[in-house]
Amino acid sequence: MSTLRTTRPIGPLVIDIDGVVKLYQMGTETIHALRGISLKIHRNEYLAIMGPSGSGKSTLMNMLGCLDTPTAGRYEFNGKNVAAMVDDELADIRNREIGFVFQTFNLLPRSDALRNVELPLIYAGIPSDQRRERAQQVLEEVGLGNRMHHKPNELSGGQRQRVAIARALVNKPSIILADEPTGNLDSQTGIEIMALFEELYKLGNTIIVVTHEEDIARHARRVVRLRDGLIESDGSVS
Amino acid sequence: MLFKEIIRMALSSLGAHKLRSFLTMAGITIGVFSVIGVMTAVSALRESIETGLSFLGASTVQFSKSSAIQRGGGDSAKYGKRKNITLSQAQRYVKLMEGVTDDISLKAFSQGSEAVYGGRKTTPDINYGGSNEHFLSSNQYAIDIGRNFTQADIELASPVVIIGQDIVSKLFPAESPLGKVIKVKAHAYTVIGTFVGRGTSFGQSEDAIAMVPITRFLNDNGAEGRSISIATGAPSQDTYMEIVDKGITAMRIARGLNANQENDFEVFSNDSLLDAFAKVADAVSSGAFVISAIALLAAGVGIMNIMLVSVTERTKEIGIRKSIGARKVNILSQFLIESVAISLAGGLAGILLGVLAGDGLAMLLKAQIIFPWGWSIAGLVVCTAIGVGFGFYPALKAAQLDPIEALRYE
Ligand SMILES: Nc1ncnc2c1ncn2[C@@H]1O[C@H](COP(=O)(O)OP(=O)(O)OP(=O)(O)O)[C@@H](O)[C@H]1O
Ligand SMILES: [Mg+2]
Repeated sequence: MSTLRTTRPIGPLVIDIDGVVKLYQMGTETIHALRGISLKIHRNEYLAIMGPSGSGKSTLMNMLGCLDTPTAGRYEFNGKNVAAMVDDELADIRNREIGFVFQTFNLLPRSDALRNVELPLIYAGIPSDQRRERAQQVLEEVGLGNRMHHKPNELSGGQRQRVAIARALVNKPSIILADEPTGNLDSQTGIEIMALFEELYKLGNTIIVVTHEEDIARHARRVVRLRDGLIESDGSVS
Repeated sequence: MLFKEIIRMALSSLGAHKLRSFLTMAGITIGVFSVIGVMTAVSALRESIETGLSFLGASTVQFSKSSAIQRGGGDSAKYGKRKNITLSQAQRYVKLMEGVTDDISLKAFSQGSEAVYGGRKTTPDINYGGSNEHFLSSNQYAIDIGRNFTQADIELASPVVIIGQDIVSKLFPAESPLGKVIKVKAHAYTVIGTFVGRGTSFGQSEDAIAMVPITRFLNDNGAEGRSISIATGAPSQDTYMEIVDKGITAMRIARGLNANQENDFEVFSNDSLLDAFAKVADAVSSGAFVISAIALLAAGVGIMNIMLVSVTERTKEIGIRKSIGARKVNILSQFLIESVAISLAGGLAGILLGVLAGDGLAMLLKAQIIFPWGWSIAGLVVCTAIGVGFGFYPALKAAQLDPIEALRYE
């Protein structure tokens, strides 16, 4: 497998976090989900975040994906200070710069695949004919050219995740974030999805995947391990 | 562009809950229906009255014992105690008005009569009455063929009659009525003229009429228990108020009233008839407004409730939309458009049903049908306001959801 690997030269800095802390207040108890994380991620990286359950992986991903803001610390995305942004600015970053893939797919159940993939383009204000064309193109890229008018409940788990990946890709984001994208899939389908990420990486996308499976993490070029809200190790995979 | 998409999203989610959307709409429909229905009927009637009411000439004032439009039981008790206006009182009035105007018609009627000629007869509901040569002008009738009454006809109580077109067509389908002798209530009269046809007003034909000299009428039918109405025409609109004042004074003298006694007769004109109608119409309209305001308020609360339920049910959807870049205003407008769409659809249905019902009623009353543009536009504006007003809080709640919290919602 490693003979097939091509590691692309890394590009400019995309994500730069420094001393990020996230606290959750549960009644009187304060939960330290992230205790001070510093991380730099460049364009063209393929990075896996690992760690035991409760170590803060999802919390960190949500932060990187601008779905959540840190309690303390600095976060710069493409050189812009995210911590200081208002909700609508964060929404625009999520729309244009970030493609998020969830463990549970999070597709709109009443809309077909095409419409789900079109959604980010709608919020980006793209005219409908261009939107349709682009969404069809991306669905074909993920191998769902013949499933465009199926609703999520008419698709298999792997196909749903492909729709979700197409939706993440459709706006040509700077970075693709996937939080346990294979967590709800059987291992064979999981392998197919990871192959798709590999392909996307080779096409020049920047990918961050959260997983707690070593097999999955092996696809990445760099692995960051978390424990109790801190980075335990950070290194490249050979 | 985006707006079109948002409308499409809103409509598709309403379509997903058809029964619920329909029931919520129904409240608005009821509220709008009641006010539009009543306003359509009232406007149609008012229009008909204003254009079609030629009961009296424009500058004619009429005195009679009781009012043309009776309201409530108290009125008939009041009129019952009054003495009838007798022929001699009426003649006294005419004398007192000499030099002011001589355009005074005295009238007495007997309802439900039948006219007979040869083997033919009319339906037993013709308007049979007595009047004088001024009947034409003050009552907006005109002679078609033949002649009007003369002063001599009145003085001599001649057995002559002028008949309306309904009677002409019933009794004289093929011959001229002039000079023929017809019988009304067994009294024989020679036809001296016919009235120009006037058509119907409020379902009653104005052409089923047979008029004889008032003196003859009272001789034939008895003066006892009969009250005479007196219509006085002013020479011009400018002198109308003066004629009304002078007429009331003359009427009080003719009736033998003291200075401190109230008028024991009704004064009315087209204006006062319109006023009386307007009072009834206003009462009905304000009733409809109250009902519809309550219904719309209740419906508004219903919309708010259903939108809050909808926001809660669709928390996850909102989370998904936000996670892929929907701004607050996108979510806000999506939910607002949903509530406005429910409200407007309900309002449109209410307008449609209200116009149908109101015009249906107007048609039953033989009034002209109308489309109440003003009220309908006002209705749509109010519905939009209700949709925005009651939908705003739920929509804002949706827009302000935290994306992570919303995504985690099951
Ligand atoms: N909304 C929240 N409210 C309170 N505590 C939270 C919240 N979200 C996360 N936590 C806590 O923060 C810590 C980190 O959670 P996180 O979901 O990031 O873990 P994770 O590494 O993704 O675990 P898993 O592998 O099970 O998904 C946990 O202790 C969790 O209980
Ligand atoms: Mg997690």
